[in-house]
Amino acid sequence: MSSTVPSAVKRPGRSQRPRRPRGRRPGGRGWVAPVLLILPTVIVIGVFVYGLIGSNIHTSLQDRHNIGPSQGFAGLDNYRDLFTDDDFIYSLRNLLLYTATFLVGTLSLGFLWAWLLERKARGESLFRAIYLFPMAVSFVASGVVWRWLLNNAEGDRASGLNRLFETLHLDFLQNPWWTNERWGILAIAVPAIWQLSGYVMALFLAGFRGIPEELREAARIDGASEWQLYRHVIFPQLSPVALSAIIIIGHMSLKVFDLIMAIAGQTNYTTQVPATQMWVEFTRGDYARSAAIGTVLLLIVAILIVPYLVSTYRQERRQ
Amino acid sequence: MTTTEAIPAAVASRVPGQRSRGVARTIKYVLLIGFALVVLLPAYVLFVTSFKGIGDATPTNAWKLPESWETAGWVRAWEQLGPALGRTFAMVIPASIISSVLGSMNGFVLSKWRFPGADVVFTLILFGMFIPYQAVMVPLVQLMGNLGVPSGVPSLIVLHVVYGLPITTLIFRNYYAGVPVELVEAARVDGAGMLRTYASIILPISAPAFVVVLMWQFTSAWNDYLFALFFSTSQNGPVTIALNFLASGQLQDYSASMAGALIASVPTLIIYILLGRYFVGGLMAGSVKG
Repeated sequence: MSSTVPSAVKRPGRSQRPRRPRGRRPGGRGWVAPVLLILPTVIVIGVFVYGLIGSNIHTSLQDRHNIGPSQGFAGLDNYRDLFTDDDFIYSLRNLLLYTATFLVGTLSLGFLWAWLLERKARGESLFRAIYLFPMAVSFVASGVVWRWLLNNAEGDRASGLNRLFETLHLDFLQNPWWTNERWGILAIAVPAIWQLSGYVMALFLAGFRGIPEELREAARIDGASEWQLYRHVIFPQLSPVALSAIIIIGHMSLKVFDLIMAIAGQTNYTTQVPATQMWVEFTRGDYARSAAIGTVLLLIVAILIVPYLVSTYRQERRQ
Repeated sequence: MTTTEAIPAAVASRVPGQRSRGVARTIKYVLLIGFALVVLLPAYVLFVTSFKGIGDATPTNAWKLPESWETAGWVRAWEQLGPALGRTFAMVIPASIISSVLGSMNGFVLSKWRFPGADVVFTLILFGMFIPYQAVMVPLVQLMGNLGVPSGVPSLIVLHVVYGLPITTLIFRNYYAGVPVELVEAARVDGAGMLRTYASIILPISAPAFVVVLMWQFTSAWNDYLFALFFSTSQNGPVTIALNFLASGQLQDYSASMAGALIASVPTLIIYILLGRYFVGGLMAGSVKG
């Protein structure tokens, strides 16, 4: 595990799994102290994560659509309302389109960059630094410039990327970006890809570097072609990295919020997603609906994350 | 596509044929430089626009250099963002330190001084890293109100500490997993208790992990917008709130907005430039389990 995604943090000593201390020292004395030490965190996470998730689900089942107290139990009515609301369905569709584009974009660019840099390239560290720097910037700050680059004016009034395309005589590439009702959400994926492809590159680069040189040598001596080398040696070694990248980018993508707020604003129809709708309902004081949207988002993320956490847990147990 | 055919050849340095290797090399560097330019494009627009005068900073002029380099936009941005920058530091520094120290103790317990059920506890903590905060936000606002934590800096410190715990715990746990178990065992045999072992064996070798975790926490708290939106106002909020307020205002003050975006990014960019190696380490640690 640790060999596939090495950390830049130098681990002291060899990286051997600890044997369980309690096996060595039977009896109760061993675990009271550690439990006490970790107890504050357990309580805090218990309250702020699990307690609040429970409380949020409870609110989402109430008839509570203003700042006053609940008007009673509403069952699944709030969810039924959501899933029969065209706006919310549109938000979910947007989220799906955005996630697919963002994933495909970051994974392919990240992989390509890592591939180009994998074998000693002159100036490697400079390229790496350039590709990675957007990651250090907030979505709100990059949104300031991307709102401009993705300006929808065309022709004489064109600005941003449209102006650039015009100057380069690539007029057919001009488009209304995020104001297009059908595909506008894809425009939001462009800055997101710009910002996070470097991250995926760093992951893949670490994956490439984690493949022992002897493996490649052995494959070559066996007469493997370059393609066979990739197909049978390198890709299988990179798949854990690719999985991590999908989990990280996927769950970030499902939570997209800052970027949309910074580029299109909270009430823009073409770029609405569940997270922005949740905020709008909250500011209106419709707590039940807001909570219901939050729960739907949690379920979507959980579908991606829980299997991953369970498999991580199983691996931990096995060792 | 020519590129996909060319690169395997470039990678295979021992493929015979000097000429094809040269061509592949050229394609590789053209691609690398081309991508670098594309990535730098938004930074170029930010930079040149921030130095333009009001009349010059119009969308249709985005790609041109300033007619004359002026700093008025920077001054206006500084006036708008200055107080928020102070508040952001006041929030981010304590939040990163507290969550790192707690994460270090948790990581130690979960890797070196374990108790029955430690894996379950760890997995449950880890889930906190992935939840969409929208799923706790409505009751969270109530809870913070009931606890009486004031809006603005105090609220945000509490939230960044609490929701930072999963990742700080993860990073430290992975780091300590690499510490030879004999070190801890030896201390135990010598009669050192848990806290003694932590203070005299573990803490002194934790500096590299602290660098990564502090950086990670600093950057994510600095760049946060979601919590800031729910738990502060434009009067007491951090720099992301002030910047979005400035940039989405009716005035369309482009040079000030762009200068503001640069000002708001300076601290995290400095960290990235000075400690880039560790920055990548943090990214990796954020990605997995070690």
